[in-house]
Amino acid sequence: MKSLEAYPLEERKSHILVKEKDQNQGISCGRHSVSGVVSQRACVYCGARVVLNPITDAVHIVHGPIGCSSYTWDIRGSLSSGSEMFRNSFSTDLEEKDIIFGGEKKLSEAIDEIVRAKFPKAVFVYSTCVVGVIGDDIEAVCRAAERKYGIRVIPVKSTGFAGSKKDGYKAACDAIISLMDGGKYERGVKDPRSFNYLGDFNLAGEIWVVNNYFKEIGLNMITGVTGDSTVEKLRKARNASFNIVQCAGSSIYLAERMKEKFGIPYEKVSFFGIQDTVSSLIKLAELSGDEEVKKKTEKLIRIMVAEVEPVLEKYRKKCRGKRVAIYVGGGFKAVSLIKQFSELGMKTVMVGTQTGRKQEYETIRELVEEGTVILDDTNPSELEKFMKEKGADLLVGGVKERPLAYKLGMAFIDHNHERKHPLIGFEGAVNFAREVDLTLNSPVWEFVRKGGLHE
Amino acid sequence: MNRNYVNLDVNPCKMCMPMGGSLAFKGIESSMVLMHGSQGCSTYIRRHMATHFNEPVDIASTSLSENGTVYGGSRNLKHGLMNVIKLYNPKVIGVLTTCLAETIGEDIGRIIEEFKEKKDIRNIDIIPVNTPGYGASHFEGYFHTMRSIIEYYNRKKAKPNGKVNIIIPNMTCADIREIKRILRLFHVDYVLMPDFSDTLDAPYKPDYEKIPEGGTRIDDIKNMSGARATIEMSVSIDDRYSPGKYLEEEHGVPLYRCPIPIGIRNTDWLIKTLSGITGKQNPGSLAVERGRLLDAMIDSHKYNGEGTVAIFGDPETVYAVTSLCLENGITPLIAATGSKNLKFRNLIAAKGTQAIDGTDFEYVHEQVKKLRPHLLIGNSDGKIIREKEHIPLIRIGFPIHDHIGAQRKLFVGYRGSMRFLDDITNTLLDLKNESYRQKLYSEFFCRQGNT
Repeated sequence: MKSLEAYPLEERKSHILVKEKDQNQGISCGRHSVSGVVSQRACVYCGARVVLNPITDAVHIVHGPIGCSSYTWDIRGSLSSGSEMFRNSFSTDLEEKDIIFGGEKKLSEAIDEIVRAKFPKAVFVYSTCVVGVIGDDIEAVCRAAERKYGIRVIPVKSTGFAGSKKDGYKAACDAIISLMDGGKYERGVKDPRSFNYLGDFNLAGEIWVVNNYFKEIGLNMITGVTGDSTVEKLRKARNASFNIVQCAGSSIYLAERMKEKFGIPYEKVSFFGIQDTVSSLIKLAELSGDEEVKKKTEKLIRIMVAEVEPVLEKYRKKCRGKRVAIYVGGGFKAVSLIKQFSELGMKTVMVGTQTGRKQEYETIRELVEEGTVILDDTNPSELEKFMKEKGADLLVGGVKERPLAYKLGMAFIDHNHERKHPLIGFEGAVNFAREVDLTLNSPVWEFVRKGGLHE
Repeated sequence: MNRNYVNLDVNPCKMCMPMGGSLAFKGIESSMVLMHGSQGCSTYIRRHMATHFNEPVDIASTSLSENGTVYGGSRNLKHGLMNVIKLYNPKVIGVLTTCLAETIGEDIGRIIEEFKEKKDIRNIDIIPVNTPGYGASHFEGYFHTMRSIIEYYNRKKAKPNGKVNIIIPNMTCADIREIKRILRLFHVDYVLMPDFSDTLDAPYKPDYEKIPEGGTRIDDIKNMSGARATIEMSVSIDDRYSPGKYLEEEHGVPLYRCPIPIGIRNTDWLIKTLSGITGKQNPGSLAVERGRLLDAMIDSHKYNGEGTVAIFGDPETVYAVTSLCLENGITPLIAATGSKNLKFRNLIAAKGTQAIDGTDFEYVHEQVKKLRPHLLIGNSDGKIIREKEHIPLIRIGFPIHDHIGAQRKLFVGYRGSMRFLDDITNTLLDLKNESYRQKLYSEFFCRQGNT
């Protein structure tokens, strides 16, 4: 691609790939962000917070200065069927004197105060950048508090600079393993139909949507991890016969650990889009090994597909042929989205992720057409450049990307934590198509595409 | 008591210094911010601002990693500066520190000098500002950054130029435009800073600009030390963060402080100050606007007189809103800010209102439960109180994440005050109209045994 040659940042070029046919192409990924280019990524702490915070009845204490707590207070649309403790943001609010003299005492007293006031079943203590530097021994403070109160007080190694968001996922998964592993555990008889659903955070109640399918086909979800979960439920997760993983980026590590530690096998699934939902439900039924379940699954799929297909067809007619740009957190989600847009007759012309893995990029490369731009850990300058060059009509992405799309006169899909309608499963596929139609075919573009101000 | 716990802040009513610093730089022409720290700080702050302004907010980060933390971030910072220049070609780069950079003791001033020398950079101003996240709140970070920018450009005193400096606190883009309109009516030659009225509320254009047009001009900032006066719209900022104080102490520019001109008294204060400095009469059209506001205040005084409110947010905003409420007979039951600010506490207490500084939203929520005000007035972080207590929230301040258009709402001047007051009054009226039938029915009809 000519324009790529003219792109000023040499060091970014290996993170950009334009698909060519029959070529053996690779992309650089999994590296630290380049300084000064305005990466869309966040930090280790962010990754940990995203994964752990939906545990509804735990107290989540951010050990650090106020900002880390302020910017993550109740910003995700994770829903709870019970406790709302997780909607609070607890911070030790470290100040200059704490940085100089250390924050251990403050943390320890903070835990005292909150445990006595709220009697939580578990407390998570997140480490932040400064705490990593001043060397507070969070683990020792947590251990002492556990002994004192007889509840779980779990340190989360989420020092901001010590890696990327992905390392935060890992820190969170380690904390979850610690929660599952600690305390007495009585092994019951395993029911082959009992499983955990990993990597879904119940945004807009999405776990509830798919759990209705699970129930319908006769399976028993012990808990979502971590959407709408509780400390108690997570401790029972070990009784599962198998795990399924939706958001691989955040939770595949947890699935691996659970396999290794508790002998629970896992499978990747995706309930985004009709195609993936159907194949995932079939996979799930197979995992249970139960003939009755398989029959019920077939029936459910038949009914649901028949119900939503005509609705989707209506939207397909209005959206077909439009060009899509995708920029999301993980690779697995990008793959789902490419398929989902193709179900609507739309073509992906640019696709990128913050923290995709090699294998996922390979899958993406196989899925997309020749000429499609693939980006790893990109930034607004590249997004703007490639979306314009590829003539994208619509961007699907995070909250920060939304205003950029709008300023470029493009439609936008909020496939992010702010969403307030489920995008998962059959119902979600319809919501997704409706949102695509809503933004693509809004009358507002009639003004914009004629030249904005000058009309 | 200002919080429920000594060692814990539950649901913060404040943000960090680099947030305030970023906002200040967004009001300087052709500027870009490079945050020296880990990647998360810039991303979180971008997200927080983008959702409030509904505008792209590009802030670069030096993406410090473990290596940079152990061996120093000089390489990252220099590299980042180069990339920002390549991608954005700005005239100004603000380098803001974060908790991390401050804790490992980065000497950003020295690193920047080395960079400029090595790369022979002459036409880009690179301004270092120390904004440790644990140092103070976003409120102080904002003023401190402005002060640093002004210091950077005014090491030598500028020639006397008869201009008036206007230091703007965190107000809306529409508010800044209104202040400029008032200044034009006065025919005052002014330097207003920071001016993010266009950069963070940019019109749709066929061609997208990475750094939007607008902002205070650098040449104007260079002239601030030669101005005839400074009007700083803040009565609560501490002297050590105050840009106006710097100009007064260092360059002898007389400093006049006034509150955010919300409410008739605060707007009069600004107008009188402008008249006093320029020797010009209040322009006739402003007198008409004032008369109209007064008319509106009379129209609504009985409805307002029944109203009680809880106010929260930045010290300055809370102070101005409290004034507006009091002069209209609305009773503020609590005026709260998360920043620690003694001036704020004293000023509010002098008005006979319960003032709390250094507080958090858990405590404000508890007070609201106890005092049951009719309305909440403040930023959208009051949303949980609104949701749980079913008390309407009139949004003002930063951030506003659950409504659209925060940047284009007008609150200041006679016109803004009138619009804002009408919002408050009408919300009170809605409450009354929705409840009085049921209230009277149960109070009197039911008492007659007619149930």
